Amino acid sequence: MDFYDKDLVSIRDLDRAHIEALLDLSEEMIPYARGEKVERMLDGRVLGNLFFEPSTRTKLSFESAACRLGCDVIDVSEISMTSISKGETLADTIRMVDAYCDVIVLRHPHEGAARLAAKFSENPVINAGDGAGSHPTQTLLDLFTMRKSKGSLDGLNVVLVGDLKYGRTVHSLAEALTAFGAKLTLVAPETLQMPDDIYNHLKEKGCNPVKTSVLEDAIDQADVLYVTRIQRERFPDPGEYQKVAGTYKIDNSMLREAKSDMIVMHPLPRVNEIAYEVDSTPHAMYFEQAFNGVPVRMAILRAILRRE
Amino acid sequence: MTGAKVAETKIPPIRNGTVIDHISNGQALNVLKILGVNEQNIDSVISIGMHVPSSKGSMWKDIIKVEDRELDPKTVDKIALIAPDATISIIRDYYIAEKFHVRLEDRIIGLARCSNPYCITNKGEPIDPEFKVEVRSPPKLRCVYCDRILTNISENLL
Ligand SMILES: Nc1ncnc2c1ncn2[C@@H]1O[C@H](COP(=O)(O)OP(=O)(O)O)[C@@H](O)[C@H]1O
Ligand SMILES: [Zn+2]
Repeated sequence: MDFYDKDLVSIRDLDRAHIEALLDLSEEMIPYARGEKVERMLDGRVLGNLFFEPSTRTKLSFESAACRLGCDVIDVSEISMTSISKGETLADTIRMVDAYCDVIVLRHPHEGAARLAAKFSENPVINAGDGAGSHPTQTLLDLFTMRKSKGSLDGLNVVLVGDLKYGRTVHSLAEALTAFGAKLTLVAPETLQMPDDIYNHLKEKGCNPVKTSVLEDAIDQADVLYVTRIQRERFPDPGEYQKVAGTYKIDNSMLREAKSDMIVMHPLPRVNEIAYEVDSTPHAMYFEQAFNGVPVRMAILRAILRRE
Repeated sequence: MTGAKVAETKIPPIRNGTVIDHISNGQALNVLKILGVNEQNIDSVISIGMHVPSSKGSMWKDIIKVEDRELDPKTVDKIALIAPDATISIIRDYYIAEKFHVRLEDRIIGLARCSNPYCITNKGEPIDPEFKVEVRSPPKLRCVYCDRILTNISENLL
């Protein structure tokens, strides 16, 4: 599987074999990600973090991943501020940043920004989220977390709950899971259900997702419960928001029906979707999920920056 | 099919010009828009047949005849986007001098803008919008940048 010098723009660009190769490599990275072993295989390389939008988790985990492999990180995000205020195009910004580093990690508010950047950059571009578009490294770390705790991704029963309309992480995740024959249940209030475009794409790929607004109906069969935040801003009526937000609050009584080895995931930050009491149960997987961002991003950097 | 003959004869024959035939039923007005009829830059006669019986595949079609004008390739490509089964016949001295099917390429570059307002291609970047043709008829186009399906093609032609 050759990722050397390639861009990582969308999870749709990766087939099952690509994904598995990256997850295998991520597994190997774990002791290095924990600092138990030291490896400077990317010594002398430079990663440019170019964030046009605030992000803590993604940016920090890329920095951590790079440092663990001896790769230097420069934060070129400041350019983004000046370039926006001067009306510079993204294309021009990219051409400049490209000259300063060996790989660009880009977060941008507009969909398709990473594809554009990849077109203008000589060096590889890693998409760290482009608006409501894709966020492939998040998808890979979600898949990694599932595979690690379930042993395999094949035929998992995955329940996605929360904001399935605007939440970009669930779109790519759902699509990627179809390659592994997952059984998907989409739990959301009517107004926040999966967009038709994505839903049809899932069907075309041979998955037949069940749509419901009742979480209780799905929870007992689930291997994975993937929870996302419902954003207050999406609701014109605050009362309506309260009603919906409360519906999907995961607490221990809700998990009583769940399989004993069912895992609860969340891309974080959570607001009140998951009660704190869940944290100390074996179901809670969201903090490990956040940690997994490091070995997965290490694997990606290694695969892209080092010839096999 | 005698009905077809009757319908065709209602539109007068032309001496020189172009016949755009087998336009998907209901798309004639959008084809006129592509021809730029509203921009008052046309000084020839245009006849339109809408909802006329078709002898091929579908039951109904639209047809447009433009006198004294031959279409440039870009215009033909745009017609392909909304009427992928159309034929273009170039008439010279009452005879069909040339006839071809419009052709939808696999990639559509610079002919339509992305219907997603948040797409980077709508933000003043120095690139032409680009689409991958997923289905030819009726056309289903996916933006190469934001990965979304282009909705309302006729409204988004450049
Ligand atoms: N001199 C002409 N003036 C106007 N229309 C014409 C003329 N000659 C041919 N056409 C039209 O051009 C189109 C293409 O002609 P033809 O190839 O015979 O039909 P079809 O594509 O249905 O098999 C038809 O709609 C026909 O009526
Ligand atoms: Zn687009």
